[in-house]
Amino acid sequence: MPVITVREALRQALHEAMQDERVFIIGEDIGHYGSTYGVTAGFLEQYGPERIRDAPIAESGIVGIAIGAAMVGMRPIAEIMSVNFSLLAFDMLFNHAAKIYAMFGGQMTVPMVLRTTNGWTQLSATHSQSFDVYFAHMPGLKVVAPATPYDMKGMLKAAIEDPDPVVFIEHTLMYTVKGEVPEESYTVPLGKARLAREGRDITVVTYSRMVHLSQQAADILARDGIEVEIVDLRTLRPLDMSVALESFKKTNRAVVVTEDWQSFGTSAEIAARLYEYGFDYLDAPIARVNFREVPMPYSKNLELQTVVTVDRIVQAIRKTLS
Amino acid sequence: MAHHDDYAHTSAGASPALLNDSRLDAATLIDYYRQMVLIRRFEEKCQEMYTKAKIGGFLHLYIGEEATAVGAIAALRPQDHIFTHYRDHGHAIARGLDINALMAELFGKVTGCSKGLGGSMHFADVSKNFWGGYAIVGSHLPLAVGAALGMKMQRKDSVVMAFFGDGATNGGEFYESLNFAQLWKLPVIFVCENNLYAMGTPLEVHSSVTELYRKACAFGMTSERVDGNDVLVMREAALRAVEHARSGKGPVLLEAMTYRFRGHSAQDTQKYRTKEDIERHRRNDPIARFRALLLNEGIATEQQLRDIDRMIDDQVEAAVRFADESPEPGHEWITQAGVYAAPIAVDPPIHGE
Repeated sequence: MPVITVREALRQALHEAMQDERVFIIGEDIGHYGSTYGVTAGFLEQYGPERIRDAPIAESGIVGIAIGAAMVGMRPIAEIMSVNFSLLAFDMLFNHAAKIYAMFGGQMTVPMVLRTTNGWTQLSATHSQSFDVYFAHMPGLKVVAPATPYDMKGMLKAAIEDPDPVVFIEHTLMYTVKGEVPEESYTVPLGKARLAREGRDITVVTYSRMVHLSQQAADILARDGIEVEIVDLRTLRPLDMSVALESFKKTNRAVVVTEDWQSFGTSAEIAARLYEYGFDYLDAPIARVNFREVPMPYSKNLELQTVVTVDRIVQAIRKTLS
Repeated sequence: MAHHDDYAHTSAGASPALLNDSRLDAATLIDYYRQMVLIRRFEEKCQEMYTKAKIGGFLHLYIGEEATAVGAIAALRPQDHIFTHYRDHGHAIARGLDINALMAELFGKVTGCSKGLGGSMHFADVSKNFWGGYAIVGSHLPLAVGAALGMKMQRKDSVVMAFFGDGATNGGEFYESLNFAQLWKLPVIFVCENNLYAMGTPLEVHSSVTELYRKACAFGMTSERVDGNDVLVMREAALRAVEHARSGKGPVLLEAMTYRFRGHSAQDTQKYRTKEDIERHRRNDPIARFRALLLNEGIATEQQLRDIDRMIDDQVEAAVRFADESPEPGHEWITQAGVYAAPIAVDPPIHGE
């Protein structure tokens, strides 16, 4: 099976999706500029300006237009270059995309995908955030954040085919991550977690880029004979906890690793569900590894103390096992 | 307010000339009258039912603005689309939505146009291409632009009409939407209903430019200010705008000058205007003006119009009975199946479903 990057996997999914005449892509700098992270590079030349729509820098308009077009039968893919800019489109997402099906009594659907990306690399406070929890909080949205090239391709295809609005969260530090991806078309269902690594001693529950850091932490701990099991949630709404709970019932210990602030963050919900449904199996308090609760500093040294690192995951696992 | 009053008065009287030019038959003209009266009687009944606590939440009445909705929507074909704001009763009725379903929606019944899930601010009927009332001011304008993009990409000649108030012209979505629509030459008719107040804040207090149609010039967009209290003037302007949009020339901004006789909502104590202000504007009542025109020009008789009024009263009473007797929406609407077109079962299930 070919080994390709996350970027290439996403490109394959988008190329396949473009075979459907209803699909178009709208976003900032997706065409003439050549695409900020290279995902849609060359698409403008291949599909033309009607279906690869370079938009003004107007996030609310971009997402609102995608919603309106979806309502009348198109399959828009809106790209918000960085999740930090999605704040400007929250009203569109939360008050319209998420509500239209329920609020009008099920007479209309909003089959759109919002692609956006988390990430940080000395971009300071306003350009290094994660709003996963805001999206995942909202009934009416589906929210996915895959980790592997295989899931990126299959879940993006599934998101585009889904009749409901889907927020598809990528990560700037994952576009070059490689993995096996079949050339043929396939989908990976939304709302299904997966076991990313088998182990008998402790369960790490995580998603997106943190799956890869957790794997590195598990490799380090394996040298000491510690077996870490890793659960990749893949979808945040609806949240499938079955794989995590199954693992937790075996290991009785868990660490939740998410790349966002801890208070009221995604790890709070995940840990709450482990406690709620796995209380009888609990041998130690559930640990959490997250961003430090500060606006992201620019200074490299301070930034590395703020984000989640392999070392911090290793420490949290050792402490939970002690 | 003198400036805006002048506009209404100077344009009054445009109708008799239009009556001949438009070559509308008597039945059509009388039907415009019927629609406007239906909107008014329906809403007067809404107020009554609100007082009786049959209707909950907010109730924003359109009374006084009927000619704008009826005139503008008369320019559309069934395959054209409408997006509107929270003061949506008038547009729904002018579009021909069943008033039984509208009253039932207000009563929170499952026979309502939005199954009782939306209420007064969220009327919708996809079968009529009436895509809904939206209650976050100005935020539906990008959706309207998106629908117009959909029409263009599907090579359909349908246009999209988007209604909003004067207050909406100060928010970012208005500017983003006008720019997108003009940039991509999309078939959108933006109909600004300038009733002189953004909720309770007067036009001069909320907008740096009070001739709102001029805001289109920033985008090189065609725009026009019209007397929104004259149903025939409104219709003619909308026809021009629709023709412009349908022929691929891009969007149009229409500023319809009108006035809301009732408060912003049923709770409004109207401290921002005097009774005299309202009385002065009542002389420009769109229904009274059109009624007088029909009688003066010999298009309808007093008896004919009285018969229509009586028929509408009966129709509105029947709508109340229908709403009263209808069942409430079931529990399934507050399960995941009510929230998603394709709900995904997870384990453990949400709410144990």
